Amino acid sequence: MLDFLKGPFIAIQEFFILTGRALRNVALRPHYTDDVVMQMDLIGVGSLPIVILTGFFAGAVMALQMSRALATYGQVDQTGTLVSISLVRELGPAFTALMMAGRNSSGIASEIGSMKVTEQIDAMRALGTDPIQKLVTPRMVATAIMLPLLTILADFIGMFGGWVIGRFFLGLPSQQYWSTVWRALEWNDVTQGILKPFVFSFIISLVGCYYGLRTTGGTQGVGRATTQSMVTASVLILVVDFFLGKIFVSQAVS
Amino acid sequence: MPAETSQPVLRFERVCVSFEGVPALEDVSFQAFEGESRVIMGATGSGKTVLMKTALGLQHPDSGTVYVFGRDTSRMRERELFEIRSRIGMLFQESALFDSLTIEENVSYPLLNQPSIQCPRDQVRPRVEEALKFVALEGTLAKFPSELSGGMRRRAAIARAVVTQPPLLLYDSPTAGLDPITAQTIMALVVKERDLNKSTTLIVTYRYQDGNLVANFRYNPENGRLEPAGDHGGSSRPRTIFMVLREGRLVFEGAQPELEAAQDPYVAKFVKHRG
Repeated sequence: MLDFLKGPFIAIQEFFILTGRALRNVALRPHYTDDVVMQMDLIGVGSLPIVILTGFFAGAVMALQMSRALATYGQVDQTGTLVSISLVRELGPAFTALMMAGRNSSGIASEIGSMKVTEQIDAMRALGTDPIQKLVTPRMVATAIMLPLLTILADFIGMFGGWVIGRFFLGLPSQQYWSTVWRALEWNDVTQGILKPFVFSFIISLVGCYYGLRTTGGTQGVGRATTQSMVTASVLILVVDFFLGKIFVSQAVS
Repeated sequence: MPAETSQPVLRFERVCVSFEGVPALEDVSFQAFEGESRVIMGATGSGKTVLMKTALGLQHPDSGTVYVFGRDTSRMRERELFEIRSRIGMLFQESALFDSLTIEENVSYPLLNQPSIQCPRDQVRPRVEEALKFVALEGTLAKFPSELSGGMRRRAAIARAVVTQPPLLLYDSPTAGLDPITAQTIMALVVKERDLNKSTTLIVTYRYQDGNLVANFRYNPENGRLEPAGDHGGSSRPRTIFMVLREGRLVFEGAQPELEAAQDPYVAKFVKHRG
């Protein structure tokens, strides 16, 4: 029984040690600013197409489905409110983070994993660089900056998707749609909508790095690390999303 | 530093390393002195690579002590180890060049990133070119490792290991997976580096002819070739010690004649590979 628990506990401990060292390195020299910028480009700019696509369809599908529910109460003109709140509080952060987990957690894990199995991580240490400083911290910082920005973008694209449905399929006037979208939002929603991706960004980058750095067993191991990092990151995002949502909902209601 | 010349450059004292309970090195002790060559032989999984990584401080021993340049590295922290590592060159088994960097960036990496090597910016490029010229790869500065053949990658990795002119060099299977001609070229570079810079050299190999070359040949800077040393040549025979590892244990340590006279069937097997 205890042996069965030992594995996961050691894994969690190692993950937090990695997190601690990556965070501490933000303050320590040397700073690899070039790597941060390069990762921001790879992780952030590189993810633009999928973020735009998922954002658009998330908003569009929300408008479509909610109009059905709202029609029961004769409130189809409130579609904007629902689209806006659900996007900013939930769908924007969650969908963007899940997409990033699929694209970047796995990408980070496979890149660092390949470096691990070809001794490049060892070579890095042999040549005077701390791999956490050089590989993990730049990815963590870059994701923490880019994910909130991408989420904000996804929110807006989603609202636009909702507008396309509202305007052309539900016959809502544009001005009414945008004013309901705007008025629906409160500070609580916006804070939650930006804080969530900030928290998720650490899950995405650090889970990827963690699985990458502990890769063993050649190319097969790289494949395993890639899959595991994506699954773990996605599950963690949904779990943390629930708890963050819980905190903010209780706050908004009380 | 006069205090260090009398001391061994590298010293293992009853070193044990294990991975998840499986021993990789057991009770290994030896001393390598300045200018000495050590040829480490053994079957796959006998602990040769682990020995190299332990010497470099990439792997900490479970028990026992490792002294590098007279300093105990076995319990040193990573940041303190950087200073020691800057004086050691290592060639990894699979070359371990950074895929995302060009050959120039790869070779300049130790010059720019070793905290204790203060190489002026304008000196970096000439030193990289010099190191690449040493391995006869002058034209590859802007190429990526994936564009080079296996032998060229190995040579570029040697350039990266020697660019800082370290007094101690570790070569992990420099000839593994190469054809005999390329292997010969690589070994000639190893000998050339040893004789030009008087570096202490550890070579992991399973080919007896590699060890034979290291033990009996010298680089002649006048004609740029390897020549037999000792018997008829003027140069002295290089001091070479052979070590044979078996399942993590050091089963033989001695000079070439003793190795050839060894009765142990496991040790004798490596000698019979003579080509």
